[in-house]
Amino acid sequence: MAELISSMAGVVAEVKVNVGDTIEKGDEVLTVESMKMMIPFEAEIGGVVKEIKVDVGDFINEGDVVAILE
Amino acid sequence: MATKGEELAAVRERILQMGPERHKKRVKEDYGKLLCRERLEILLDEGSIVEDGLMANCLDEELAADGVVTVLGRINGREVAVMANDFSVKAGSWGARTVEKIIRIQETAMRLHIPMIYLVDSAGLRITDQLFCFPGRRHAGRIFHLQALMSGMIPQICVLSGPSAAGGAYIPTFCDVIIAVDKLGAMYLGSPRMAEVTIGEKVTLEEMGGAKMHCAVSGVADVFAKTEEEALQAVKDYLSYFPPNYTEDPPVYEPKEPEKSLEDIEKIVPPNQNQPFDMYELIWRIIDQGSWFEMKKLWAQEIITGFCRINGQPVGIIANQPKIKGGVLFVDSADKACRFIRLCDAFNIPLLYLMDVPGFMIGSAVEKAGILRHGCKMLYAVSEATVPKISVIVRKAYGAGLYAMCGPSHEPDACIAFPGAMVAVMGPEAAVNAVYYNKIQEIEDKKEQMKFRMEKQKEYSEQVNIYKVAADLIVDDVIVPQNLRKELIARFSYYKKKPGELRYPKKHGVMQV
Repeated sequence: MAELISSMAGVVAEVKVNVGDTIEKGDEVLTVESMKMMIPFEAEIGGVVKEIKVDVGDFINEGDVVAILE
Repeated sequence: MATKGEELAAVRERILQMGPERHKKRVKEDYGKLLCRERLEILLDEGSIVEDGLMANCLDEELAADGVVTVLGRINGREVAVMANDFSVKAGSWGARTVEKIIRIQETAMRLHIPMIYLVDSAGLRITDQLFCFPGRRHAGRIFHLQALMSGMIPQICVLSGPSAAGGAYIPTFCDVIIAVDKLGAMYLGSPRMAEVTIGEKVTLEEMGGAKMHCAVSGVADVFAKTEEEALQAVKDYLSYFPPNYTEDPPVYEPKEPEKSLEDIEKIVPPNQNQPFDMYELIWRIIDQGSWFEMKKLWAQEIITGFCRINGQPVGIIANQPKIKGGVLFVDSADKACRFIRLCDAFNIPLLYLMDVPGFMIGSAVEKAGILRHGCKMLYAVSEATVPKISVIVRKAYGAGLYAMCGPSHEPDACIAFPGAMVAVMGPEAAVNAVYYNKIQEIEDKKEQMKFRMEKQKEYSEQVNIYKVAADLIVDDVIVPQNLRKELIARFSYYKKKPGELRYPKKHGVMQV
């Protein structure tokens, strides 16, 4: 089990994966709106998505867990 | 009976064979490392080595050269001084003679005004010898003291291909650049064993201070090398951008055309300010092919720092990377840029800033991390640098991001812009929100609210339109993007002749850290 951690603060604009998806390192998991930019948030590791902890519109801070992989 | 000469030859030969066979076998087979003198052979031009202190501790057969080899040599014909720990001799540990030898080669490098290279692979101080090499005037502390004095005078380069523990870890850290070898190089103040005993933490050596950790997480190391050979080649590549000392100019090479053409640059830089792109694609279109040496590539990747050549002339590039974290400046990116700018300025390497920066990050997380303090550091370095410097507004330059990337207020020799550039305190959306917040709240109908926002954003964008900015002489020129390389070559050819800038007399500044 591994956690995907947010690297910067912002508001979730889009969730690009679903529970059960197999993702690879570098895949875009979320788009985060921050500093008036649409910033792709990429997975630092690969795995199967077990849980997504955020919804569109949520504020996430640097260091928050956004998803859990198996 | 052997003559005196034969006797000496035998002693010298024994020392040149390094540590005992059983230890050499361990170094090669168990650790998979090169032997100390093999490293020197790869690094230095054939036949160029002059060695001092070979005879250190020569009466003890187990202590060849007292565990460190100190030499003068040449790399591609250019003089360097080298210190290399010998792991086959008591795990490269330091005794009294070891320390004296390191100090002497440092003093030699300072006297000759040539780069000092440290090939680090040492278990640390020999506790049994501590009174003879730890506390005194010419003991271990002096190595670090000299490193601080040498900083900015001559290049200091470290290859970390073994351990570097406790105080010894300051040798790499004091260098301008640390090239760390995967799985072999490690540095830490306290070893995992010590951490377990002292604070109860259980952690592997790799997690505590491995090459990857220091290149990607702590930012202490600069270059990640897969093998020792790659690391030693990196030393040669790095030095190709540097003069031997601060009084000389860096070497100039035969010009080469870039790997890619600027023809399609407008397709690569999206006009929509909110959309990320890969800044490397611009870099590959302006620098001489094959001339790229990146510093801290794996750390704080929202800013790119690297040496290149443009028309054969060395240049240090500081570029925002919109593809990572939108190119926003963070605590670590500010540190990374500050360090790189000071390195270039110390050794007369001109600076090129490529801007696409939404500003410094905001929010409670970064305030707690001291973003003001770190941002200040970057701005300080930008102000302090007197080398030729050009800043290019590729797309946006918002807020203090403009200052930190050497905008007009920070005395670039020129600040030039692409036609799509936008210079402002903040972007249109943020500005309209800030100015018309109450008004927007008063409009109840969402559609009307959006219409109002759009109108105001359009007005705002027109106010900060690059032609307005240029008409007010805020930028020195707006250029056709396809001409960027040509423009940089022409401008640097004039700026490189400047005699240096006026600086106010003082002992030294008090930079934030």
